[in-house]
Amino acid sequence: MIRIALIGLGKMGMSHLAIINSHPDVDLVAVCDSTAYILDVLSKYTGVRCYTDYFKLLNEEKLDAVVIATPSRFHGEMVKAALDRDLGVYCEKPFCLDVSKGAKLAELADRKGLANQVGYHYRFVATFQKMKRLIDAGTLGDIHHFRAEAYGPVVLRPTGSTWRSSKREGGGCLYDYACHAIDLVHYLVGRPDAVGGTVLNKVFSRDVEDEVYSTFFYADGKTGQLAANWSDESHRKMSVKVTVWGTNGKVSADRQEIQVYLRDSVHERPELVRGWNVLYTTELTDPVWFYLRGEEYSAQIDHFIQSVKRRDKNTLCTFRAATEVDLVAAMMLKDAHSEHPGVAPETRNEDQQHSKGGALEAIRNFLR
Amino acid sequence: MTHRCFPGCQDVQGNLTVERILFGDNQFFGVNHMSEEKARAQAMRFQTTRSIIDVLDSAYDEGINVFMCTTHERVGEICEHVRAHPEHYRGFQFYPCMPYAHKYVNAVTEHGALGALRRFLPDGGALGAILKGGMSVAKKDVEGVAQLLIDAEMKMFEGLRTPVIFLQNVVTDLLLGIGFNEAFRIFAQHVRNKYHAEPGYITMNLPRLLDVLEGLRIENPIVCANINKIGFRMCGGIEAYENVIATRTFQPIAMSVFASGAIPPKEALEYVCRQTKIRSIVFGASSRSNIRQTKQLIEKLSDTKPDAL
Repeated sequence: MIRIALIGLGKMGMSHLAIINSHPDVDLVAVCDSTAYILDVLSKYTGVRCYTDYFKLLNEEKLDAVVIATPSRFHGEMVKAALDRDLGVYCEKPFCLDVSKGAKLAELADRKGLANQVGYHYRFVATFQKMKRLIDAGTLGDIHHFRAEAYGPVVLRPTGSTWRSSKREGGGCLYDYACHAIDLVHYLVGRPDAVGGTVLNKVFSRDVEDEVYSTFFYADGKTGQLAANWSDESHRKMSVKVTVWGTNGKVSADRQEIQVYLRDSVHERPELVRGWNVLYTTELTDPVWFYLRGEEYSAQIDHFIQSVKRRDKNTLCTFRAATEVDLVAAMMLKDAHSEHPGVAPETRNEDQQHSKGGALEAIRNFLR
Repeated sequence: MTHRCFPGCQDVQGNLTVERILFGDNQFFGVNHMSEEKARAQAMRFQTTRSIIDVLDSAYDEGINVFMCTTHERVGEICEHVRAHPEHYRGFQFYPCMPYAHKYVNAVTEHGALGALRRFLPDGGALGAILKGGMSVAKKDVEGVAQLLIDAEMKMFEGLRTPVIFLQNVVTDLLLGIGFNEAFRIFAQHVRNKYHAEPGYITMNLPRLLDVLEGLRIENPIVCANINKIGFRMCGGIEAYENVIATRTFQPIAMSVFASGAIPPKEALEYVCRQTKIRSIVFGASSRSNIRQTKQLIEKLSDTKPDAL
């Protein structure tokens, strides 16, 4: 049995709690959270040992691994404390926000050979896994462009005061929604070498962006576009879609289905015909031992548990991979605040272009 | 209109019996487990409450008396319509499934767990006492909060017939996973005492839930789960499902029998109807012809007249 403790009992934490607790190979030893009411109810009705201080938990309990589902600003210190005690660590996304801190933790986990994983669960969605296999096998030919989109209804009016509305704590559409899309892009086609034209706009929020748009550039000439908007009420819940174009066709996938268009059939994949092919989650998804909100949530936890058992540091979504996401998010932030927007040549004006408010302000000044 | 067996929905011993064919609501609210495009097309098709009512009327005319629905706010508008036409809907029943989880999830995202709770509960009362009490939460308080949440969800059904009230799978399975088993008893007790209804549980983890309900001595429970030929979202495996259906004492309701369209109708229903212990089948459809065909197929494959069930 793998002995696990869970730190953080918010939305993701509660979901992890149910999944971990029902796993046949796991002994859930203790949980930790700062909300007394939740701990009180849990200990009374489930008997699980509860802590409000994670240091105390780590010092007192004999563990193999921890699952950390706190807001991102706590990740760095908590992950470090767990790695120092030679524990496998699963941490929620976004990982650390601070790229150098994330890289150090990735290095530490790597050196110690400890299982390390971050909760980018779209890597465990069967349709995206299928998409990756098609891309890696060259079925689409050479990839030259992609579009990654994430839309959903998180902030629909100008209220709210949780950590999600604070940039410092890992809130905002960039860290919450766009990071999933960035990670999927990395998983499918790799990390961009540069980003450009990044827009971080507010729709309803006061302190954080509600929509994110950016163009990704690759050394081999490939490009891609990313769009994320968490103020889109037309979606019932978060909806992620990726489309990839290659010289032999295109593939488009969301959580439910994958649509493949091939210009020419591929010898190694006789099951795919020339033209359209549609595959559904019902035929692609492997069953899980326990289902809560989607197979991927159970699959990612099981993957972590099996990695801890094997002492395998190379999980499907390592700290290193998650740090790359933080890095690209940082590149996008920098780009969004850069002072060099592409204003039409005949209207270029040095003063306007270098105004203090960055790209958007420059354009606004120009329009005035 | 087909002859209907008006409910009382009781058997000879006076126990409540769940109807054989239930009409579901996923198609009305943009839920399709196979395709987001189909889900969106359905959301557009059922933009107005009138368009939903028209399909419900078709189902009712075809002899389906039960609408098994989430406590989505638009269901409230359907309830109003049914209340306004008592004669027409004399035998119509709702099987509410609570809660409509996205409402809570979105509120938790926006306001935090306690903030969300505050929004869904009436002012003052139990929660106020709990929050003041800080650490010490008496057992009774949790029960009180749960009851208030159930009452808030049931408000839209006032004056309507709700002989079975379900706990939605996302909540059932969350509680099941966490091991908060007592919640199932709290739910059953309140639903029975206050609404004189039978508790039902929707789950994606049927064998595991049955063990827990048995442990709580909730006898012959009504449990709704995915039951389909390809084992789609049947946690524990299709064999374990077939085994518990054949051997355990409970009232199984099969949902997702077509696995969102992955299985052809006849093949799908043959699989479910072959398992004679399956009490009921819930399905959703958007057209009268589809409703009629599905109902006729179920009746034919069940090899029994619906009224005798």
